[in-house]
Amino acid sequence: MPNLGEVIRNSQIWKSIFRHPMPVDRRNRIVVMLTNFFLHLHPVSIKKQGIALSYTWCMGGVTFFLFLVETITGVLLMFYYRPTTEWAYMDILSLRDTASLGILRELHRWGAHAMVIAVWLHMYRVFLTGSYKPPREFNWVVGVVLLLLTLLLSFTGYLLPWDQLAIWAITVGSKMGAATPFLGAEGPGSMLLQVGSIPMITGASDARFGLLGARFVGEETLNRFYVLHCVAIPLAVALLLAIHFWRVRKDGGISGPL
Amino acid sequence: MHLTLEKLAPFLGSYYLVLAVMNAVFGYFLWEHKKNIRQAVFWTVVAGAFTIMASIAYSGQQKLMELVSLPEAFRGFVDGNLANPALYTIGTSAFLVTMFLFRKVLVQPVVAWGLLVLALLLMGLSMADVQFAEIVTKPDNVPIVAMVFLLGYFTWLATAQAVKNDERTARGEDPLEKLNNEKILVWPDLVYTELICMVAVTAVLTYWAVGLQAPLEDAASSVKTPNPSKAPWYFLGLQEMLVYFDPWMAGVVLPSTIVAGLMAIPYLDFNKAGNGYYTINQRKFAYLVFQFGFLELWVTLIILGTFLRGPNWNFFGPYEQWDAHKVVALNNVDLSQFFWLGLVGYMPKAPDGASEIAKFGWILWRELPGIIVVVSYLALLPPFLGLTIFRGFYKRMGLIRFMVMSNLLLMMMLLPIKMVLRWTINLKYLISIPEYLLNL
Repeated sequence: MPNLGEVIRNSQIWKSIFRHPMPVDRRNRIVVMLTNFFLHLHPVSIKKQGIALSYTWCMGGVTFFLFLVETITGVLLMFYYRPTTEWAYMDILSLRDTASLGILRELHRWGAHAMVIAVWLHMYRVFLTGSYKPPREFNWVVGVVLLLLTLLLSFTGYLLPWDQLAIWAITVGSKMGAATPFLGAEGPGSMLLQVGSIPMITGASDARFGLLGARFVGEETLNRFYVLHCVAIPLAVALLLAIHFWRVRKDGGISGPL
Repeated sequence: MHLTLEKLAPFLGSYYLVLAVMNAVFGYFLWEHKKNIRQAVFWTVVAGAFTIMASIAYSGQQKLMELVSLPEAFRGFVDGNLANPALYTIGTSAFLVTMFLFRKVLVQPVVAWGLLVLALLLMGLSMADVQFAEIVTKPDNVPIVAMVFLLGYFTWLATAQAVKNDERTARGEDPLEKLNNEKILVWPDLVYTELICMVAVTAVLTYWAVGLQAPLEDAASSVKTPNPSKAPWYFLGLQEMLVYFDPWMAGVVLPSTIVAGLMAIPYLDFNKAGNGYYTINQRKFAYLVFQFGFLELWVTLIILGTFLRGPNWNFFGPYEQWDAHKVVALNNVDLSQFFWLGLVGYMPKAPDGASEIAKFGWILWRELPGIIVVVSYLALLPPFLGLTIFRGFYKRMGLIRFMVMSNLLLMMMLLPIKMVLRWTINLKYLISIPEYLLNL
């Protein structure tokens, strides 16, 4: 009498999904890596050194996993949240008090902090092992952009609860927009850009205005940051992640001594 | 929300209890696996001491709690005599340099463990101070505390391996990473490691989310400005730079330079050694530059900005109350004032009714000392360096790469230089042209 597990594994449905027997012998452990979409990112075999935790710290992996956690909790949060000055703060309050699974926002916020720390530690490890050296120079550059995007993701998300902490942190942070040389109304050289006697760069046309959508952090900023946070930056990150992972494989796999 | 000793007591008690368990486990490990009886006894005694501290801390009574806090006089001394940006920066630099110089001793597991326990003890003793506890336990500050300990741990981990590899290289052996060369299958070894990592991260995150509520202050109001207004924690290093530079430098030029500089690293580092393994000796220059930039100029400034900067961005000691009325005298002077008023006796000024171009000329004349200093620093110093101490670099890198590297380094050094000039001669700006909002 075959047991239930065997019946399931011999069914047409199971076999249509998993195109090989259980990975318990050498052949099938290789086949599983080649036929599974989620696993095919990996090579089939790897140097033992390349996966030693004391060497890799697993921080790149942790960063990616936290990105997935942020995506999932973020999508769930979007069900409850309306990015308008009228509702944003109320929605966050009710998220805490009435929504089931009341730790969604906590998971999202602490996950974001953890992601910033993990991505720094990943960069730290890659530097300390000299893994940016040829042939991995370009992937280091992609990584620096991803690091920057991680900070921007966190920064744009900081505004969304629409409390005092949020708008003042963004007000302080966006001051640099106004201070941009030539392009910010309070930046050096901006008064040189004029047509006749009409200044081109004012509080209503400078870099900060572009960032905030207004002269001050307000309704337009909330909408702008919401779209950046939920759509624009995640898409850019997803694209660059794909390139980052692909290049890890193409540049000789996970780093190790040559 | 105001903390009191009573509210802190359960946390502090559990904190010392965890420390006791940690040390007991470490003692057991030394006894069981290292057969080191004397050390095992030592760490068990430490564990016992922490147990006693835990029971005292659980009491939450003022009198008893004094036994597990830093003496009032010591805290007063730290706040009154040591708490200023100059000493903080000199202190952290000296600490990092000591760590680097004595790395061979410090990476030994027992020494590192002792340092960790000391750091955690100091943290615990400080937590019994309500001012200190209030700032450290702010929900958004908790990750920074975690980051400090994580960075300490991983720096130890990396340095320990680098020291071992450097010793091996000195003996003519390969780095340890080269020994483990056999190929293994990704399923199951790597795939399972990843799974365990994911489960661990999920567990930590869930625990954190249940235990600590995300901060939510009053609804946003554009008329009530909080004091201090702080940027998100990872940008506090940049906000700290605002003390020394105008926003166009601290918020735009220097951050852009950091990003550009990071991207340039692989194209500037011509050293072929140290690719794919931990080492310090084989790439000392790159290592020191990076650590100076990351640990000293980025991380310690974040810690400073988070824990020690209070209302009006004034510097407060770790146990000092954040008093919004604290007055700090600011009498900073521009370089042009030093030169013209100090040496010549008057300030050059365009005569009334001068044309725009004449006014511009007068401004340049007034700021000439600063312009000379800055232009020499950024344009003349690199070739000078290339012909003297960096001659070897210049030869191997070629003109363009060498100029890029030396300019990036000089841009990085602008911050410490400006800090020192501020602390010693109260220098405000090297070049001060408020007419064009150009202050440096």
